[in-house]
Amino acid sequence: MIRVILPFHLRTLARLDGDVDLEVATPATQRSVLDALEARFPMLRGTIRDHGTLKRRPFIRFFACQKDLSLDPPDTPLPEAVANGAEPFHVVGAIAGG
Amino acid sequence: MPRAPAGTMTLAVVIQEELYMSQVRVLVGTKKGAFVLTSDAKRQKWDVAGPHFAGWEIYHAKGSPADPNRIFVSQTSGWFGQIIQRSDDGGKTWHQPGTPAGQPTTTPDGMPMGESNKFAYDTDGPAGKPLTTHQWYDGTQHPWEFKRVWHLEPSLHDPDTVYAGVEDAAIFRTTDGGKSWHELPGLRGHGTGPKWQPGAGGMGLHTIVLDPKNTNRIFGAISAAGVFRSDDGGQTWAPKNRGLASKYLPEQAPEVGFCVHRIALNAARPNTLFMQLHWHVCRSDDAGDTWKKVSGNLPTDFGFPIDVHAHEPETVFVVPIKSDSEHYPLDGQLRVYRSKTGGNEWEALTNGLPQKDCYVNVLREAMAVDQLDKCGIYFGTTGGQVYCSPDGGDSWAPIVRDLPPVYSVEVQTLG
Repeated sequence: MIRVILPFHLRTLARLDGDVDLEVATPATQRSVLDALEARFPMLRGTIRDHGTLKRRPFIRFFACQKDLSLDPPDTPLPEAVANGAEPFHVVGAIAGG
Repeated sequence: MPRAPAGTMTLAVVIQEELYMSQVRVLVGTKKGAFVLTSDAKRQKWDVAGPHFAGWEIYHAKGSPADPNRIFVSQTSGWFGQIIQRSDDGGKTWHQPGTPAGQPTTTPDGMPMGESNKFAYDTDGPAGKPLTTHQWYDGTQHPWEFKRVWHLEPSLHDPDTVYAGVEDAAIFRTTDGGKSWHELPGLRGHGTGPKWQPGAGGMGLHTIVLDPKNTNRIFGAISAAGVFRSDDGGQTWAPKNRGLASKYLPEQAPEVGFCVHRIALNAARPNTLFMQLHWHVCRSDDAGDTWKKVSGNLPTDFGFPIDVHAHEPETVFVVPIKSDSEHYPLDGQLRVYRSKTGGNEWEALTNGLPQKDCYVNVLREAMAVDQLDKCGIYFGTTGGQVYCSPDGGDSWAPIVRDLPPVYSVEVQTLG
């Protein structure tokens, strides 16, 4: 089980009160987590990744285990602590504007 | 109140009946959400609902003339992209057209829905390869990149058909109530696209006007490209900028490149268009084929919004703004200017508007008129005020004073 923490705007869009728990096949990667997230919450399609290219949107960052994973290739396995649910996978709106 | 038998209705009865039966619904888009303001025809006491979509930028909200309870909203974010919202009950509840509330969120074969938020440029038609670039700020060519929907224009006749003006400039259309959107590539691909360039706010198609007497005629306006017109329902387009002038362009009379801020028309006379250009207020009496300057005695002819009285085709409203860079009212006095002569002769309207220390702006999408017998004029400011004049501009009062910066104002006249 992978735990995903979304920013406020995406929680309201998906009508979520808290974190999201996702079942993802191993090895879990950014791509497989986001695929699972968008399958469960289709309204999030295009808000984290571009609709067409599936590239990360410019002002979105991925953090986990006190590391910035934003620039990792999307098929890189996530840290074990994320894969086993001990640590969450954070989707973060970059610090810019207000 | 019962309706009087035909032929016996006096003017007093008509007015009294309108006051009892009619309602106005003002749709306000702001930097941090949408608001719905409602009142009876007196337009003195208002109910305020919202914020809807709190925290998101609402570029535009507009109701369908064919089904007034159907409202479309452009909800957008520089971080999270574009969302289209729809209400079918006058703004009480909302859903994304591709993922209706209470329905499955995936198709039978497991594919996610939510296509209502997807605006993919056409790459097959005339706007596809090799025409895939426009002019960038530095004069180089730049690929088209979708950023947001600036304007939603519901069809006058079909509640499922809506046109969307987007940044980078292009026009899209849905014919299924917003579930899916498809570009009308004839605009972006007609030939002048590589000469279009972004204005300070981006390269948005910000104005779409549908001709109420000719269902095939559509006007669009782009900053900074100009006015375009289609006479075949959006399939083909032509620039309509003859007569415009700009000190920011190297050529004296180019075909495109103009930073048009807004165009508007009166439904009874759709061949007459009024324009707030970056500088200059202009009019056309031949559906945009030619334009002439009608700034006349305006204290400055820079501004963003422009609108036309609902029942008087020669009565026009603008909000002059100090520029090039200040973008606030002259002398700290918020003044709407009205011309009852179709331009050139303008009078300042100040009754009820702040006349000192006022430094707000009024954006291009933030002015509208209602259809009541005594036409109401509305505008919103970057300071969060929405003003209403229930008497054609003679007097003004704020409906609300402290909303987030107002991006757009639309009015529905109901009943």
